[in-house]
Amino acid sequence: MMDLINHLSLGFSTAVSLQNLLYAFIGCLLGTLIGVLPGIGPTATIAMLLPATYALPPVAALIMLAGIYYGSQYGGSTTAILVNLPGESSSVVTVIDGHQMARQGRGGPALAAAGLGSFFAGCVGTLILAAFAPPLTEIAFKFGPAEYFSLMVLGLIGAVVMASGSLLKAICMIMVGLLLGLVGTDVNSGVARYSFDIPELTDGLGFIAIAMGVFGYGEIIANLARPDDEREVFTAKVKGLMPTKEDFKRMLPAVLRGTVLGSSLGILPGGGATLSAFAAYTLEKKIRLKPGEVPFGKGNIRGVAGPEAANNAGAQTSFIPMLTLGIPPNPVMALMVGAMTIHNIQPGPQVMTSNPELFWGLIASMWIGNLMLVILNLPLIGLWVKLLTIPYRWLFPAIVLFCAIGVYSTNNNVFDIWLVAIFGVVGYTFIKLGCEPAPLLLGLILGPMMEENLRRALLLSRGDWSVFVSRPISAGLLSGAILLMLMVLLPTIRSKREEAFVEEG
Amino acid sequence: MRIKSQKTLFSGIMFTSVGAAFALGASNYHVGSAARMGPGYFPLIVGVLLTLLGLVVVASAFAGPATDGEPVGKIAWKPLGFIIGANLLFGILLAGLRSIGLPAMGLILAIYALVIVACMAGTNFSIKMSLILATVLAVGSYLTFIVGLKLQFQVWPTFITG
Repeated sequence: MMDLINHLSLGFSTAVSLQNLLYAFIGCLLGTLIGVLPGIGPTATIAMLLPATYALPPVAALIMLAGIYYGSQYGGSTTAILVNLPGESSSVVTVIDGHQMARQGRGGPALAAAGLGSFFAGCVGTLILAAFAPPLTEIAFKFGPAEYFSLMVLGLIGAVVMASGSLLKAICMIMVGLLLGLVGTDVNSGVARYSFDIPELTDGLGFIAIAMGVFGYGEIIANLARPDDEREVFTAKVKGLMPTKEDFKRMLPAVLRGTVLGSSLGILPGGGATLSAFAAYTLEKKIRLKPGEVPFGKGNIRGVAGPEAANNAGAQTSFIPMLTLGIPPNPVMALMVGAMTIHNIQPGPQVMTSNPELFWGLIASMWIGNLMLVILNLPLIGLWVKLLTIPYRWLFPAIVLFCAIGVYSTNNNVFDIWLVAIFGVVGYTFIKLGCEPAPLLLGLILGPMMEENLRRALLLSRGDWSVFVSRPISAGLLSGAILLMLMVLLPTIRSKREEAFVEEG
Repeated sequence: MRIKSQKTLFSGIMFTSVGAAFALGASNYHVGSAARMGPGYFPLIVGVLLTLLGLVVVASAFAGPATDGEPVGKIAWKPLGFIIGANLLFGILLAGLRSIGLPAMGLILAIYALVIVACMAGTNFSIKMSLILATVLAVGSYLTFIVGLKLQFQVWPTFITG
């Protein structure tokens, strides 16, 4: 307990410096600004804004990125409630009841429920993160290469289980990502693999270029291909933010349930925000309606508060595997790992001891970021609503431009611009073929790590593959992965899973 | 045999060819053994696995419940061409293209070109609107990236700044 307080005070003394507060603020603001815009999720937002943080010191850069993450997630909820368009996958369920509330002129209370629920969940998530990170790091130090490899397998399988659509395709996408991650110089032999004698390729494919191309350009092209849909924005009706006493009474237990569910699911590899939100909504629906309560799908406030609390708690605790093990559980965390590598910090259990200010500063700034979001969002809601009315035809050229400038500035090399173009086409192809791109990004980041750990594990065991099952932790992790696969393949759960994803359509 | 899902069929073909390409490429490198992996070992394994899984995906396109064939649908050539074209033009103008002797035109011109071409991807293209947008974005980018973040960019064409 004393340790926790000491650590947090170190964190707060780092995070509360004027400079870091400023960057947290800028991050939240930018994140909300872009997250509010429909059609751009947190992954694209972070990829787009990542280059802007290069010049900053590592702590400030990560704090700002975390701010962008929360901001874009929160902004996504605003869009979901007011425009009936989920800005990102984790606010998909918010749309169902949130938008109904907005239609009935209760957009204000819906936004407040989302904001306050997220804030509460964020606080709890931060505490859990601070409490669980050190013991998990202890365990992580006991991990050998075999355990790491098995953990990555588990993480990837977990991520696949979460991807909507075909499981088989998602596994294939991971493998494509793994292979793309291998392009470049092999650290052990110095051989430039798949570089076709192009000097830029010997450094590997830039994950920012790939993320921007696939998530940014691919989405834009697909959006433009759709006929202009009527966007209904309930601007005039956002009056009176405060929920009524009755609202509070209903949303409080929902927020609590959402927080518990979200923080536990977020830690699981592949869990994170989306799964938490879906699970919370399902749970709320299962709980019997009180007399006089609006049914679900018709604007029940619990349907907003629960999932929003859960996705924020999940977003928070999904930092745990990233910070303690260096293994990203979702694409956003994959980008964070990339950002840390750019700042010469090797993510993994050693970060906590080698960069304590960074580690605890980041955790403290998460709480500050959550507070800022509430302060920023509720009073400024008018501004965000205005942003929502900007037609898409003004937006997409700007997004294309920011991607191009951003990717160029990562290396000051035009080659990256060509790369974005190529992956824009690839991303559009994925959308056309119904392949979800998120697993690819995870594979891309994990590819080199997996190869390295597999190599080391087998070197130590003199080529004996049984090392993965003879070491207990590794065997446990692998059986977890198999269990997850079996669970998804079981007919009953399979239909449940499909049902859950159908609701997003 | 009828194709139940075109999307699945084509994605299976895509996975198979990517896997096969990487696996074939891996054979150019030293593969080694499990205890002493060469640079070709891991790509070979993953490549072969992906090829096999891709074939399973192809097979699954013919199985399963009868659907409407899940056609891939029309390719949106117009947005695809203009968005990617705008991006490429931006790169060419920003840094020049030595192979055709084009000097670097700098950021501002590149922004105008990108915005105008990108706007053509949408419906109801208007040159006036795209010029306004380009000007706003050019000024904004100049202030944030050059003045604010102090990124190293060639701002004006080389033949002006020399």
